[in-house]
Amino acid sequence: MLKYLETTTDDTTTDVHLSKLSRRGFLGIAGAFTLAAYGGRAEAFETYKTGAAAMPRGIVDDPLVFVSIDSDGTVTLVAHRSEMGTGIRSSIPMVIADEMEADWARVTIVQAPGDEPKYGNQDTDGSRSMRHHIQAARRMGGAVRTMLARAAADGWGIDPADVTVEMHQVKAPDGRILGFGELAETAMAQPVPSHEEIAYKTDAEFRYMGKGEVQITDLRDITTGAAVYGADVMLEGMKTALIARPPVVGGKAKSFDASKALEVPGVVAVHELPYGGLAQKFAPLGGIAVVADNTWAATKGRDALEIEWEAGPHGDYSSTQFMEEMKATAEKPGSVARDKGDIEDAFAKAARTFGQTYTQAHMAHIPMEPPAAVAHYTGDALEIWAPVQSPYTARLDTAKALGLDPEQVRMNVTLLGGGFGRKSKADYVTEAALLSREVGAPVRVQWTREDDVRHSFYHTTSAERIEVALDDAGQVTGWRHRSVAPSIKSTFAPDDGLPMPLEQGMGMTDLPFDIANIRCESGKAMAHTRIGWFRSVSNVPHAWAVGSFVGELAHELGRDQRQMWLDLIGAPRVMDPTADGLPEDFWNYGEPMQEFPIETGRLAEVLNRAADGIGYGRNLPEGEGIGLAVHRSFVSYVGCAARVKLVDGRITVPEMHLAIDCGFAANPERIESQMQGAAVMGMTLALHSGITYENGAVVQSNFYDYDVVRSDNYPRNVVTHIVEHPFSVHATGVGEPGVPPVAPALANALFAATGTRRRSLPMGAQV
Amino acid sequence: MVKIILNGTETEVGDDPSMPLLWAIRDLTGATGTKYGCGVGLCGACTVHVDGKAERSCQFTVGDAEGREVTSIEGLDPSGDHRLQAAWRELNVPQCGFCQAGQIMQAASLLAENPKPTDDEILSAMSNNVCRCGCYQRIVAAVRLASTGS
Repeated sequence: MLKYLETTTDDTTTDVHLSKLSRRGFLGIAGAFTLAAYGGRAEAFETYKTGAAAMPRGIVDDPLVFVSIDSDGTVTLVAHRSEMGTGIRSSIPMVIADEMEADWARVTIVQAPGDEPKYGNQDTDGSRSMRHHIQAARRMGGAVRTMLARAAADGWGIDPADVTVEMHQVKAPDGRILGFGELAETAMAQPVPSHEEIAYKTDAEFRYMGKGEVQITDLRDITTGAAVYGADVMLEGMKTALIARPPVVGGKAKSFDASKALEVPGVVAVHELPYGGLAQKFAPLGGIAVVADNTWAATKGRDALEIEWEAGPHGDYSSTQFMEEMKATAEKPGSVARDKGDIEDAFAKAARTFGQTYTQAHMAHIPMEPPAAVAHYTGDALEIWAPVQSPYTARLDTAKALGLDPEQVRMNVTLLGGGFGRKSKADYVTEAALLSREVGAPVRVQWTREDDVRHSFYHTTSAERIEVALDDAGQVTGWRHRSVAPSIKSTFAPDDGLPMPLEQGMGMTDLPFDIANIRCESGKAMAHTRIGWFRSVSNVPHAWAVGSFVGELAHELGRDQRQMWLDLIGAPRVMDPTADGLPEDFWNYGEPMQEFPIETGRLAEVLNRAADGIGYGRNLPEGEGIGLAVHRSFVSYVGCAARVKLVDGRITVPEMHLAIDCGFAANPERIESQMQGAAVMGMTLALHSGITYENGAVVQSNFYDYDVVRSDNYPRNVVTHIVEHPFSVHATGVGEPGVPPVAPALANALFAATGTRRRSLPMGAQV
Repeated sequence: MVKIILNGTETEVGDDPSMPLLWAIRDLTGATGTKYGCGVGLCGACTVHVDGKAERSCQFTVGDAEGREVTSIEGLDPSGDHRLQAAWRELNVPQCGFCQAGQIMQAASLLAENPKPTDDEILSAMSNNVCRCGCYQRIVAAVRLASTGS
């Protein structure tokens, strides 16, 4: 079962019980760690700046907040990031445990509620959990190890520099030993040492970091059905609600008749919720809620509602027509975001030009667990249990919606049955809270799959036009990229049709190619549905366009695909924001460029590793082809080499190699699982996933018309190559960077296999 | 009152025979290991065994299940150490984990009928169990491991 932190006391060990985890043996672990070189090994961990400080409520690295030790030796570590499948609920505590010399088998993990003033930023998105928190985790682990050593040395009357800390024990030179449990009280009462006072491990002394031998903490519970997700929270007297939401965003019920719904046995109430729309952040869409004793009664009750909807301002939205408009916009000059050299001159002097347009439909996240939340309003307090990526935001938003002080709201975080960005937007939490207040009982709001497909915060739709100027020798002298896509901004503020620098920076303005003249422009596209972030965000359409175009350009110029990529990337260099003409407001995933620069050598390296891995260049049978793509996103570099084989006209993927450079690889086993997952999600969005609109409403509704990759046709053999680095090469993103290069690699492979070029996502599974 | 044999115990599951087994198991008995994923029998997250055979509990009513042996993930093995559960742990299969109970129940039904399935038989039997995280490679490997020991 998922364990929650008690907030009634600061003693986080309350109600926490030892849970021995089944795990594989740890072979070849590092030896004992001694504090002998006290303060002499700070160079083992040179701190560096990240964007963490700029996140709301930043970083908290107080070990007394995150670490507690029970007298029986149980070490309790707080996971403050949300677990949606990346393994982060285990990986950050693993870093603490490693630096602390705690035995992982004696570590219990408790999930923090949404409380950023206490824990620091908890937004689990942007592939930044490890990137932002690995330093704090090491610092806290090192601090507690130091405190344990000092407590033991005090008791023994010896110099702390002479004690050794190893696997849950502190040892004196004369052989005396004290366990962490025995030292718990005196150790945790020690002053917390500063960074300079801590003798950190060298890389060679890491026990868990970089090894990939620690299993995720929830593994057993997941396989026995005991793991607790949002809908699994059962409270005494709890009711279940299903909501009929307006089919068109910004619409509302003109009239409704609930009498038949109320006749359904088990239905206890019908309530109309306040309506939302665009530019209202994560506010619920409103609608008619049926509250019942159980899910089945609520389902039948909702089916029995008679509602006449009015569409509101977006009732004319047609995604087919909108796509034609976006493509036309992409033909015209837009707002300039990056301007390197003189693009007009490059095109004026070009021997020839070459251009193509690539499109992408809206997409929905459809995590296996549709949104669900449990809320219990008791007049002066509100307690919530929900699968949320941003628990503190959910808490603040819901408090505001109910007119409560945030201090009156407790936001418990369950496991997330997938998130992919959808569960950063907790409209479902607010719905549950509003309904609990209405009915005076705990309420679970359950979204059906149809609700999820039709009422999401969708991935943007886009048209991307890329055109190059070429000289006589076929060298690219100018690159112009025009992107047209409704912006996430429209969810937060009145729309002006233009994107934010952070969207432009995801794969367009950061183009790492060595070309003298580059211009990136954005055309206007107004949002007509709620636009939200989806795993990898704007990198998906940008990498799709850039990666496909490189493949097309290679063919156009009669060059080898791999050589085309390497020619465009150029010699290994660190991009210079000024010389490369990056925008002044360039968004480097929130990270300082000095610490997290764009290094083209790393890009070429992952491309080559993927290409070499798959045996690029070898002879293949008729109907097979290899495609390549490489992309930097979330400060990591991923190369993808995919082999496509046509079987009875169906696109199959017998083999895919993903090479990732994410700096120091803290948990390689979970990095591999994220790459395997990225291959599947990338193939899904390449072949299957498209949300379309007619008369303002989503056309699709469930897996029969919004299909995903299944085990009958998945990337069959995904091989992950991880570029190894020491800790000093900063850890970067893992959850998202694998996705963007997959679709263009598949399109390039399809072309290599069949000569068919697809320029729209989804491209369809059949040829 | 409709009664089923849930995980070996006679269990009352309300008086509406049209209620899907899924909601009866979850809402009325509190056994939440069986998950709702689509409600239309297309994702497999709700897979349970009825008389030993994998069924989508969202498409199977309590009326149809009356008096029959229903096994959910909680009842697959008394100690939670079915060879498939062990294989799942050995290969670190799950990411978010939400679909995994359904995957394991589907695989258990397969191995009960066909103890040594070929890879194609595994893929075919598992093809209606969706994993949005994309754990398929490890799922197939875990079924193979449980069936062959390697």
